[in-house]
Amino acid sequence: MQNERRAAIRSEAKRLEKYFIASGAMLLEADSLLSAETLLDLYGEDIRARAYVTNDPVIGERMMRPDFTVPIVERHMSEGAEPARYTYNGPVWRMQDAGSKRETEFIQVGFELFDRSNSADSDAEVFSLFNHILSKNLQISTGDIGLLQSAVTGLNTTSLRKAALMRHLWRPLRFQNLIEQFSKTRIENNEKIPLLKYLNKDIEKNIEKAGKFIGLRTEAEITSRILSLQKDAKNSPISVEEGDVINKILNLKTTASEALLVLKDFVKTIPNMQKAVSIFEARLGALEDRKVNVEKLPFEGSYGLTSMEYYDGFVFSFSDGDTIIASGGRYDALTAVLGSGKEIPAVGGVIRPDALIKGFN
Amino acid sequence: MLKLGVPSKGRLQEDTISWFEKRGLILKRTGSEREYTGSISGVDGIELVLLSAGEIPQELAKGRIHLGVTGADLIYEKLPLHEKQIYIVEEMGFGFADLIIAVPNVWIDVNTLHDLDAVAAQFRSEHGFRLRIATKYHNLVRKGLRDFGVSDYQLVDSQGATEGTVANLTAEAIADITSSGATLKANHLKLLSDGVLLKSQASIFASRTADWSRLGSTMKGLCKKMNWKDLVL
Repeated sequence: MQNERRAAIRSEAKRLEKYFIASGAMLLEADSLLSAETLLDLYGEDIRARAYVTNDPVIGERMMRPDFTVPIVERHMSEGAEPARYTYNGPVWRMQDAGSKRETEFIQVGFELFDRSNSADSDAEVFSLFNHILSKNLQISTGDIGLLQSAVTGLNTTSLRKAALMRHLWRPLRFQNLIEQFSKTRIENNEKIPLLKYLNKDIEKNIEKAGKFIGLRTEAEITSRILSLQKDAKNSPISVEEGDVINKILNLKTTASEALLVLKDFVKTIPNMQKAVSIFEARLGALEDRKVNVEKLPFEGSYGLTSMEYYDGFVFSFSDGDTIIASGGRYDALTAVLGSGKEIPAVGGVIRPDALIKGFN
Repeated sequence: MLKLGVPSKGRLQEDTISWFEKRGLILKRTGSEREYTGSISGVDGIELVLLSAGEIPQELAKGRIHLGVTGADLIYEKLPLHEKQIYIVEEMGFGFADLIIAVPNVWIDVNTLHDLDAVAAQFRSEHGFRLRIATKYHNLVRKGLRDFGVSDYQLVDSQGATEGTVANLTAEAIADITSSGATLKANHLKLLSDGVLLKSQASIFASRTADWSRLGSTMKGLCKKMNWKDLVL
C-alpha cells in the first residue's frame, strides 16, 4: 500500500513537472543537504525547530532541504540568464510540532519566475498557472505583504520605530505590541525610563558604575543605542488615524476587487501606500487578462504574515479544508539577500502532489 | 514491583531522601558508597532505582520507571510530548531553579526582552553575525524567545560554566538555570526583568506509559503514606 501510494505521488509529481516544463520552465536539480548557516542567517534560530539539522565533523552543520527556494535562488543568482522560469520536483523535510500527525517528508513540485519586466504580469502568470492545474473545488486565499510594508514605511514616525516594525512584520503579536507601544504619548513612555534623561557623561558614569566591562558589545554601541532612544523619545507617537489604517489592513477580509476600493481610501491617510496600491491594481488587471475573476477572488490583508518570512508582495494558497495543497508568492528581497549584491524580482510557488491526490480521492 | 527513580547523587538526592523520610518512606543506599543500589522500607513492593537526574525524564517517558523525582526544567526540555507521557504528582518544595536570560551588567540600556531584541538587531548590523546566547536548554530558550518575539540571535551550546562565556567572548548573553543569582553576580551578569523563561523545582512525576497493572495495593499504601488523593493515571 505504502509503495502504491508513493508511486501514485511520484506519477502525480511527474504530471505537474511536465505541465510546468510545457509552460516554459527549465527543470532544475538541487542539493538535499544545504548550508545550515545560510538558512539560519535567513530565517533565524527558529528554523532549527522546522528543519532537520545534520552534523558533519568537517563541513559542519547541514540542513535537510526544508524548501527549494534557497537553492534555486542561489543557482539563478550565480549562473542564471534572464528572464528565467524554473521547475523542480523532489522531497523536502520538515520537522513538525510535538504530537503533530503532519508528514515530515513530502514531495514538492514548484515553479519559479525571475523577470524584471512586469511584476504584475509575472504574479498573474504564476497564479493562473497554478489555478489552471489545480482542482476547481479548492479554497483560494490571497494577500499582499507589500501593502503592509508600504504602510509601515509610510508611517509618520522615526526610522528606528519603522525598522522595529518591519523586523516583526511576520510576528503578529509582537507587531501589535510594538504598534501599541509606539502609539503611546511621549510622557507615558519617558517617565518610566531614567536613561532617556542621561547626558553623555551620565552614560559613561553609569556604565562604569555597573561594574566590570565584559563582552563583545562595546561602550560605543551602548552609548549610541541610548542616544538613539533619546532622539526617538522626542518624537510624537504614531497617530490614531495611521494606527487605525494598520489595524484595518490586518483585519481586511473581502474580495480582491472590493479590497482595491478600501485600499485606495487608506492612501489618503498614508500616501506612501500609493505605489503598493498601484501594484495591487495592476495585478488585478493582469489577473483579469488571464481570465481570473477578481470579483470573486478572496483577499486577506494579513494573509501570509505567519509563513516563512521571505515573501514581500503577492501571496497565495490553494487548500482543501485544513491542508494547504499549493502556496506561493513574491520574494524580491530574498534574491538581494542571497545574490551578494545582485537582485532580481522573483515570484513562484509549490504544489504538494500527495495532498493533491488525497483531495481528488 | 513499583519502580521509583531517584537522583543518584548530590544535594538533590539528599533532599529527596529526607522529603520521603518525613512521610515515613525510608530510602537507603545499599552496598558501598560508590555502588548505585538502594532499598525502600515503609511501603511494600517499591524498588529504588538510582539514576542521573537528567535520565529520569526519558526513563519515565519509556515507562521503565513508574515514578521519578527530577526537575521540571529537565522534563520540559527533554520531553516535547510530556503531557502524553508523564503526569506531575507533587511539587516537592526544593531544588528551585529558574531558567533565566542574563546579560552583562554594563548593558545599562537593556532590562527587558524587548531591549534584548533591539540590541540583537543592532549587534547583527555592527558585528555581522547574530547575537550569541549560550545555553544547554536549547528547546526551552528557543520556544521562550519565539513566544515573545526575539529575533536575530543564535544559540551556542554550553554544557557548563555558562556564566563565564560572556567574559570569554564566546557569547553575548546567557540562558541558564539559576537558584540564587550569586553566580550571575560573580560573573558580572544581570537578570532581565521579564527574562524568567521557566520556573522549576524538584517534583515527583508519574509515567503514563509504564505498566501499572498488579500495583494496586502498593499504590494504595503509597498514596496513603504520601497523602496523594485520586492519583488517576
